[in-house]
Amino acid sequence: MNAHPDHESLVASDDGIAKGDLLMDVRNVSLSFGGVKAITDISFDVRKGEIRAIIGPNGAGKTSMLNVINGFYTPQVGTITFRGKERRAMKPHDAVRQGIARTFQNVALFKGMSTLDNIMAGRSVRMNRNIAWQMLWRGPALNEEIEHREKVEEIIDFLEIEHIRRTPVGKLPYGLQKRVELGRALAMEPSLLLLDEPMAGMNLEEKEDMSRFILDVNQQRGTTIALIEHDMGVVMDLSDRVVVLDYGKKIADGPPEEVKNSQAVIDAYLGVPH
Amino acid sequence: MAQAHPLPDTFPKYLLRNAEMFGTRPAMRHKDRGIWQSWTWAEQRDQIRDFALGLTRLGLQKGDKVAIVGANRPRLYWAVCAVQSVGGIPLPVYADAVADELSYVLTHAGVRFAVVQDQEQVDKLQSFIERLTSLAAIIYDEPRGLRDYDKHMLHDFSDVQDMGRRAQSADAQLASRWESDIRNASGEDISIMLYTSGTTGRSKGVMLKAKNAVKAAQDTVAFDKLSETDSVLAYLPLAWVGDHYLNYAQGYVAGFCVACPESAQTVAQDLRELAPTFYFAPPRVFEGLLTSITIRMDDASALKQRIYRHFIDVARKHGEAILEGRKVPATARMSYALGEVLVYGPLKNVLGLSNIRVAYTAGEAIGADLFSFFRALGVNLKQLYGQTEAFLYVTCQKDGQVRSDTVGPPAPNVDIRISQDGEVQFRSPGMFSGYYLEDDKTADAMTPDGYVKTGDAGFFEKDGQLKIIDRAKDVGKLSNGALFAPKYIENMLKFFPNIKEAVAFGNGNDFASAFINIDLQAVGNWAERNNIAYASYQELAGHPLVYKMIAANVEDTNRRLAAEPMMAAAQIKRFLILHKELDADDGELTRTQKVRRAFVAERYAPLIEAVYDGSAEKFVDTEVTYEDGRKGRISATVKIVDTAVFDPAEPMQEAAE
Repeated sequence: MNAHPDHESLVASDDGIAKGDLLMDVRNVSLSFGGVKAITDISFDVRKGEIRAIIGPNGAGKTSMLNVINGFYTPQVGTITFRGKERRAMKPHDAVRQGIARTFQNVALFKGMSTLDNIMAGRSVRMNRNIAWQMLWRGPALNEEIEHREKVEEIIDFLEIEHIRRTPVGKLPYGLQKRVELGRALAMEPSLLLLDEPMAGMNLEEKEDMSRFILDVNQQRGTTIALIEHDMGVVMDLSDRVVVLDYGKKIADGPPEEVKNSQAVIDAYLGVPH
Repeated sequence: MAQAHPLPDTFPKYLLRNAEMFGTRPAMRHKDRGIWQSWTWAEQRDQIRDFALGLTRLGLQKGDKVAIVGANRPRLYWAVCAVQSVGGIPLPVYADAVADELSYVLTHAGVRFAVVQDQEQVDKLQSFIERLTSLAAIIYDEPRGLRDYDKHMLHDFSDVQDMGRRAQSADAQLASRWESDIRNASGEDISIMLYTSGTTGRSKGVMLKAKNAVKAAQDTVAFDKLSETDSVLAYLPLAWVGDHYLNYAQGYVAGFCVACPESAQTVAQDLRELAPTFYFAPPRVFEGLLTSITIRMDDASALKQRIYRHFIDVARKHGEAILEGRKVPATARMSYALGEVLVYGPLKNVLGLSNIRVAYTAGEAIGADLFSFFRALGVNLKQLYGQTEAFLYVTCQKDGQVRSDTVGPPAPNVDIRISQDGEVQFRSPGMFSGYYLEDDKTADAMTPDGYVKTGDAGFFEKDGQLKIIDRAKDVGKLSNGALFAPKYIENMLKFFPNIKEAVAFGNGNDFASAFINIDLQAVGNWAERNNIAYASYQELAGHPLVYKMIAANVEDTNRRLAAEPMMAAAQIKRFLILHKELDADDGELTRTQKVRRAFVAERYAPLIEAVYDGSAEKFVDTEVTYEDGRKGRISATVKIVDTAVFDPAEPMQEAAE
């Protein structure tokens, strides 16, 4: 009673991949919209248990890359191998079933619904009873609901958002909305969590909070994270390895220290005299 | 409580008694993962026993001090009783204390164990652990984030309980020996050490004997007729005497249920869900509630606003009389009953005050309007006056004899006297037995004949209620010998919404005067409604209409002062509105937003001079510190205004004779 095993019940779904092994491999991916080349021949990998950052100046193709990973865009060229399975065309909900969850650059929550319901929505992918049972809300469907609610409460406790459990998210400040969105992604118990600018628009304190939650998710729950972020300080502190994109091309890939000192990266960010 | 054997004289004895008498009644609740978990008195006893026996396995000896640091959580409350049950001395410490303060208290007390809430507190303790040579182990409640810590000296609360359980299964007699040790313990032992918050110098460790603490709680439990059917929400700082007394001591003596909130941010929601029967809050909490009600009502539909206003008027007129059981016309009763259905009931329900039988406020002056608002709704709100050294209660108001401007007659068995120079002194059952390791300070705080000096100045009203006017050292006299209590005047001024801060002067002068800071938000709103344009605080503060408005407030204050024989002489003859807001960055306020009167007097000496030499205005030039630390200067010509004073209602008395 009351002795919680440090959120251990919430570790990422076991995919049989050992820590440090290849979780996802992106090979020679190119994506274009008509004549516009968003991503050109990019390859990188994500290893189990790491925090992988994708950075780059505005318009470098970071979000496009994320959209390719979670199946929203299908690349014209190249392959993505996730958990040992190669795939090309897929829908975002297939990606979710495979264990990829994400948050969005501009918060994409159900504004009129409470924090609790928003996070509960993240569980829907894991609900087994069909809609008829759900509507009856009796018997097995109710039991299932209780089980899911327990998971959701663990996430609420984990993210320290008990006080806004019943608040419609539209009324919450931006920093908290971001946290709720993270909660919803966590509710899917993903093996790969994609974060699209988790710190955008936050003040220093909110950034510190969010950084701590990202580290906690990674360390305590063992979730692999791929994140896009503009705040270089945050990226360098949080991530294990960094991919740098510029104009849709990969210009560097490696540990933060190495990337920071790469001339190509410095040029991309500061510009070079022409 | 008709019992053959004498009443218990320690809290662990009460634990055993309650586990027998109210074994299946709830003793503790805690909202966790969105659900209220509860423990009965029997379960609470078992939890405490397992932890206590675990602590002795870790080497806890009789007389050892155990620091308890964290928010209101069941396990921390259990730790208090567990430590007491094996002869240790619990020592709750403010959870928000910075490492330096914590280090001072813990080393001063020489604690051997620390039971803490979470990683934050563990980190704080570990930052000075090499100085804390007496410390044998840290025990934490929440393991989150501590997984990779070096577990040397660091134990999980439930692991310690497991140690206790293993010891019990190895030795079948252990549990009964624990109980007989409790029954044989003496009430003369120190029950708890509470460190004063340290707003005036270093914290001092106030030692309280078990039998004194128990006696005090027995008295007030009887006074307010608390029983095992009552309930409270424990949300005040664990280390504060009020929490330890109202929730722990009274909880054990009466056997009622103590509920711990889910987190500090959810207190309002938790209160609403629980609807406790006993409630304590400082005045600013009630103020916050009233403000939020007012704001919400401003957004309501016109019809709702009319209903609300009508019934609040009814309540203002008859509510307190009905609460106190006085005679009220039948029509007013019917109107109030309708109001209860339409307005008061729902309102109290939202605030979590539906079931309140007894509510207290204390700590600072409470506005008469604010106080009577809640009483008019049917909330039995009363005032008390207390101190750590008294184990809280010195005075408290009886049901039906409640006023907003006094703190009540002496609490049961408390003996109060007013010294020659107007200081309140008391002897009480719960009186402390000294400051830990500071006999000289103990001697300073006591009179030779055994009264405790409160440091507060006050006097008894005709109906026997004590009125606290100021800190004794701040109370002065006008040149004609009349009493001058600056804080009393300042508080009266600050009850006006337009006045944010006030500083009163007059000690040694012919009359009292005041510096005023307007409330930029309130006055700004007023200016907007009245089409008064202003560019800055300074401009608004100097506006003739603002002066006129504040002058009316000051006059009202004088009228009220005139009605009080002791205060009538210290009416405000002249006042000015300061050209800048008093600011902690400039040293004019403390970090807790209290006025530093002496500093203000020194800084604005020319203004005070002008007030007393009769000038109509004065040019001042002041250095200011901006929030980023840069310095600048601000200068203005400040107007000084005369106000009407009134004849005292009764013949003037000399101060405190």
